[in-house]
Amino acid sequence: MRDWLIYRTFWDLTVTGVALGSIYALVALGYTLVYGVLRLINFAHSEIFMIGTFASLITATNVLGLPMLEAGDYPYRTGFQLVLILLACLLGSMVLSGAGAVALERAAYRPLRGSGDQFGAIVLAFVTAFVVGLVFFDTPKSNLIFGIIGTGPIAWMYLNIFRRGRQAPRLAFLISAIGASTAITEAVAIWGPRDREQYQTPRVLEKKTLFQLFGTDIRIDYVIVIIGALLMMTALLLFVNRTRLGRGVRAVAQDVETAKILGVNVDFVILITFLLGGVMAGGAAMMFTLVYDQSKFNIGFLLGVKSFTAAVLGGIGNLKGALLGGIVLGLAENYGSALFGGEWKDVIAFVLLLVVLMFRPTGLLGESLAKARV
Amino acid sequence: MSLSESLRSVTSGARSVSRLGEALAKQSRSVRWSFGAICILALYLLPWWPNVPVLGWIVETPGTSFPSVLTDQVVIFVLVALGLNVVVGLAGLLDLGYVGFYAVGAYTVAILSSQHANLPWLLCMPIAVLVSMLAGVILGTPTLRLRGDYLAIVTLGFGEIIRITANNMHWLGDSRGISNIATPPSIGPLKFGVLDAKPYYFLGFTTILIVIFLLRRLENSRVGRSWNAIREDEDAAELMGVDTFKFKLWAFAIGAAIGGLAGSLYAGKVQFINPNNFPLQLSILFLAAVVLGGAGNMWGAVVGGALVAWMPERFRGFADKRVFVFGVALVLVMVFRPQGLIPRKIRKERWLESWKPSSGTALGSKE
Repeated sequence: MRDWLIYRTFWDLTVTGVALGSIYALVALGYTLVYGVLRLINFAHSEIFMIGTFASLITATNVLGLPMLEAGDYPYRTGFQLVLILLACLLGSMVLSGAGAVALERAAYRPLRGSGDQFGAIVLAFVTAFVVGLVFFDTPKSNLIFGIIGTGPIAWMYLNIFRRGRQAPRLAFLISAIGASTAITEAVAIWGPRDREQYQTPRVLEKKTLFQLFGTDIRIDYVIVIIGALLMMTALLLFVNRTRLGRGVRAVAQDVETAKILGVNVDFVILITFLLGGVMAGGAAMMFTLVYDQSKFNIGFLLGVKSFTAAVLGGIGNLKGALLGGIVLGLAENYGSALFGGEWKDVIAFVLLLVVLMFRPTGLLGESLAKARV
Repeated sequence: MSLSESLRSVTSGARSVSRLGEALAKQSRSVRWSFGAICILALYLLPWWPNVPVLGWIVETPGTSFPSVLTDQVVIFVLVALGLNVVVGLAGLLDLGYVGFYAVGAYTVAILSSQHANLPWLLCMPIAVLVSMLAGVILGTPTLRLRGDYLAIVTLGFGEIIRITANNMHWLGDSRGISNIATPPSIGPLKFGVLDAKPYYFLGFTTILIVIFLLRRLENSRVGRSWNAIREDEDAAELMGVDTFKFKLWAFAIGAAIGGLAGSLYAGKVQFINPNNFPLQLSILFLAAVVLGGAGNMWGAVVGGALVAWMPERFRGFADKRVFVFGVALVLVMVFRPQGLIPRKIRKERWLESWKPSSGTALGSKE
């Protein structure tokens, strides 16, 4: 036991725990939304997060042209320009993550529901042709050209198969998700400019102390993460609870047949659900790069597993539960690593989950996207 | 177009295999037995297949020795897929942490034969099976009362806990792992050493045959029928007097035992294990093997396990791109043949609905 450590650094651990927990919570929202509507563990959601971190990196370096800087050297310490840069990164992450989530839904899940469309057929056909191209060509460029040429006829063939509209068993969705997750991760690892190495993101924000609380320095990035997460979550709650589309989401979560009869466009609602989850993951990804300044091809995996744990902890399908679960998990991990040592961090998260589920089998707040007690 | 065509040829191949099975079922007992015997003999000779002209070109694994691919990958994956099929395919419980049981089996052998004692492999193996069975019961008792999807995440956590514990505890050899694990004893000309992988293959294949035989008996027994009932509709099964918790625990324990058996075989072959041999991704590959082959069908599990293990080695030409290709292939197979390559025949339609929660959701909009 190293309990002296926890006394000395308690508030420090609390602040970082809440900040980390907010990121978990934002990613957990994606899991919980999709689970609430489809009863599907969207295993590839962690890759949507990973895409978001890279989107933030690309926006900062390639679009805005920020140089990679040494620590302590910040061109935009304060002011309007800094805010603009941060917002641009956030926008980039959200757009790319949201688009990724939507593409994932239409290519990897929708055909399994028996309502595959042209978009899914084209994406799948392109990937098929691309993989076949790997047999014959060695350079990415010729692979790409071969893929584009092959897309047409294969997509036509796939569309014909889609017309049969066959439903897949529930496990098939999970395996498809796992396959998509593997393919996305590996694609980044293989064709990314730095392969399997770690990427540094430009240090846009100087991590200076904003104020002191209980003798602990509160850094500005933690404040941004916590407030940003709260804002995004409020926006999501308002959307699901107050808007017409949000009502559709809740209706489909509750009973898809009845929703369909009452005129809800189920496929569109599912698309919106994935989009919302992707946008939240994009926001989380941008904040992640803000705090940790790094990204990697497999950065999503463990974070995704933890976020799903957070969603289950709070009660999967419950939006407020995702927030609570994320923060509880972040805090427990931080206190736990101080008590037992950092190498036990992941064990603590899962043991906590086990204990909570034993006493509250539906998570801390219960499941409720369907019951409109969101 | 060739991949989709080959995909179609694979599926039509699977269809013709099942048609062959139907045709065989009509034949007399002696014909069936002799056909089975020939198949088994051919599979025992598998390590020599690369020397056969056409067949050799298909099965060979460039860059790796074929017998060691068989022992280190194929045998292990087939065994594990058989065990996981009991949990996922027969009882309908989603287990994402199966690698945990596999690791428990391997580590038990490692500890008893090298780290803390010097027992022979033949004695360690049954202990390893028992210990992993016990691990299954310990994990199953609190968690099997939970709903299916919670079970998935809890088992996933279990797999991670096992790996991290092995990584952090000096008693378990921490991150350096355990070496000098005992090999199976040599029987006559079969010398279990480092040089020749074939004896391990014979041992592994024999184990697979025994496991298949036992599982077939189990599947057709009262236990197997109970699993069927639980998978199709747990509440109905409970109402009909099936002790669902007990039989779910049995499925979990038997699955865990087979996983432990695979782990002990693996430890005996490679003689050196460390926590990195048991990553979470392996669990996912195991599950992929079962579902790819066709969950609920033992032959599907065998084919799926063999394919998932062998394909990455066969297509070494893709070098570092093979995992990517594997991911894409998983998606494509699920999109175009969601029941797996060899789907279960009995009550196939019911299986569609078995994963559907009680109230209608978007996944179950067929009704």
